Amino acid sequence: MVVWVGGPARVRVEDGAAASVYGVSRSRTERLVNLVICLLSTRRFLTAAQIAATVPGYEHDPDDAREHEAFQRKFERDKAELRELGVPLETGTASVFDVEPGYRIARREYALPDIPLKPDEAAAVGIAARLWQHAGLAAAASSGLAKLRAAGVDVDPQATLGLEPMVTVDPAFAPLTAAARDRREVRFDYRVPDRDAPDGRRLQPWGVVCWRGRWYVVGHDLDRDSTRCFRLSRVVGPVRVTGAAGGYQPPVGVDLISHVARWSGPVERAGRATVLVAPGRAAGLRRWAVEITAGSEADRLVLPYADACSLARHLVGYGPDVQVLDPPEVREAVIQRLKEIATRHEALAAAR
Amino acid sequence: MKAGSRTSADRLARLLNLVPYLLARPGIEIAEAAGDLGVTERQLREDLELLWVCGLPGYGPGDLIDMAFDGDRVTITYDAGIDRPLRLTPDEALALAVALRMLAEAPGVANRDAVERALAKIEDAAGDLVAAPVEVRLPGDAGRVEQLRAAVEGGRALRITYYTLARDETTERVIDPLRMLLVGGRTYVEAWCRRAEAVRLFRADRIDAVTELDEPAVVPPQAHPQDLSEGVFRPAPDLPLITLRIGRGERWITEYYPCERVESDGEQWVVSLRVTDLSWARRFVLGLGPDVTVVAPAELAEQVRDAAVAALDAYATPVPPGADPAAATVRQ
Repeated sequence: MVVWVGGPARVRVEDGAAASVYGVSRSRTERLVNLVICLLSTRRFLTAAQIAATVPGYEHDPDDAREHEAFQRKFERDKAELRELGVPLETGTASVFDVEPGYRIARREYALPDIPLKPDEAAAVGIAARLWQHAGLAAAASSGLAKLRAAGVDVDPQATLGLEPMVTVDPAFAPLTAAARDRREVRFDYRVPDRDAPDGRRLQPWGVVCWRGRWYVVGHDLDRDSTRCFRLSRVVGPVRVTGAAGGYQPPVGVDLISHVARWSGPVERAGRATVLVAPGRAAGLRRWAVEITAGSEADRLVLPYADACSLARHLVGYGPDVQVLDPPEVREAVIQRLKEIATRHEALAAAR
Repeated sequence: MKAGSRTSADRLARLLNLVPYLLARPGIEIAEAAGDLGVTERQLREDLELLWVCGLPGYGPGDLIDMAFDGDRVTITYDAGIDRPLRLTPDEALALAVALRMLAEAPGVANRDAVERALAKIEDAAGDLVAAPVEVRLPGDAGRVEQLRAAVEGGRALRITYYTLARDETTERVIDPLRMLLVGGRTYVEAWCRRAEAVRLFRADRIDAVTELDEPAVVPPQAHPQDLSEGVFRPAPDLPLITLRIGRGERWITEYYPCERVESDGEQWVVSLRVTDLSWARRFVLGLGPDVTVVAPAELAEQVRDAAVAALDAYATPVPPGADPAAATVRQ
């Protein structure tokens, strides 16, 4: 077969050597398209030999050992490429008398089911597809969208929802979601800043959670024999899959979010602290005061708080602009911190 | 995977999509299809040429994919059995479903109903593929964001009351909004700020008041949305660099702030980071507490010491009569 290839030189090339603008063999793509069409059209499993005799591009002399070996390598590569693309290649034999395995593609496995998206739904999918800031997932989202378009869905590229999330993920996201989906055990190194070195963890991941813009994996920690969640940004190096697929069963109806939110959820501010603030200062405190009484020398603020220690920490930041009146535990904590800070910085400041 | 085989896989994927795509749109203009598919017209014509020689075994005139051209328009007249696109791969289903969940969870997003309906349909079509348990929760003040979004969509310049953490001050400014974003779980309005005469990001939870002005928002031609793929705060190299010696309990700093250098000195770490403002650094260091010492600049160490000493002096002196407004009220 002879094909014509466009391009500035417009060279006439023989089958097998054709190169297109993509730098990829055009005949290879053509052969793969024909292979897909052929295997979709057959109900019987076709053996490699039958495929070679049918699909253009596989012609060879099966009695010539070298030619046959070259064909087998080519066919293996082609099958791998189809599987990589997600083409559901079935293997089996056409009858009990057949020894050689055959191949076919079941149409119902191949074809995207009908997704009747209304225009506003299609627009939402179009917006969602461009949120990924991560190259691999961005590519997956846009190839997914291309399939929806191919199924006849029209996507308005101008649509907006007034607010666009920028979706970023840590490198551990892809391997951990895949492991959770396939229920496979993993190992990874995990670095917590207040420890000096990362340590190895063995986990049966149940799922991945985004909570307040950070990603976590929740699962059963095999070494600690209990439920744990890990922040993906603290996973160091590769996530290694160590278990077979379906190796465990996550608890039924597990609420992944609750495991993460329990550790870093919102807190109720039941306490009330009273502070004096220099006029025009500490704008940050004024914003969350529940009560402000203006005075000539200072303003009096009532601040809601949950934890006396972290409130003290926060108030120390304002230095002489803020003076705590009540409660005593906060006042004492602030004074204690100020003393230590003054001492620590005495030498350095004096050396100047 | 090698770059070459990636390109080849991409092209094969595109070709398998192309037939059903055209089948669903008889008589589509080639230019429109190319734009839609993100390829050049020339690439699309090459793809069509290739498909034209593909088909069912037999490969005779009735077996090959066939198409009719009418000027710049094309219609598939025979599809050789590839009338549907390939189903979604696990990665594609996951990428779409997670992004849709993000949209559905984003506080204050418009038309959430459509997002949720779309998500349900994608999940339904993808079946087990999106069983990958990924959950998203983005708490936020939906009411406030919604109000802001309505103001931004109104297309007018906005007067806002804004709290700037770096300087611990609340200011009034007029902004011309560009877009609203959700980054790292927080909502922002990106806008031209007339006061700073630059594009700025305003955190929704620090916008304390909004007034729509009568004039339309006019974004100057030099104003462009910023690239936020590396995060919201990308410290410029000309900002002041501060160096701190921190104890074990304060190592979290290295996760929350972009640090230029982190050195381990046994138990203690020495970290360097750029700050927008030294007065912010002073509040930051004071707030961190006794396990942190300023190494450099000496000016900051001095400010921290002076602030601590002045505050201690104030605690050492009884509150002067009349200084506490509430106490003053009682006395009257």
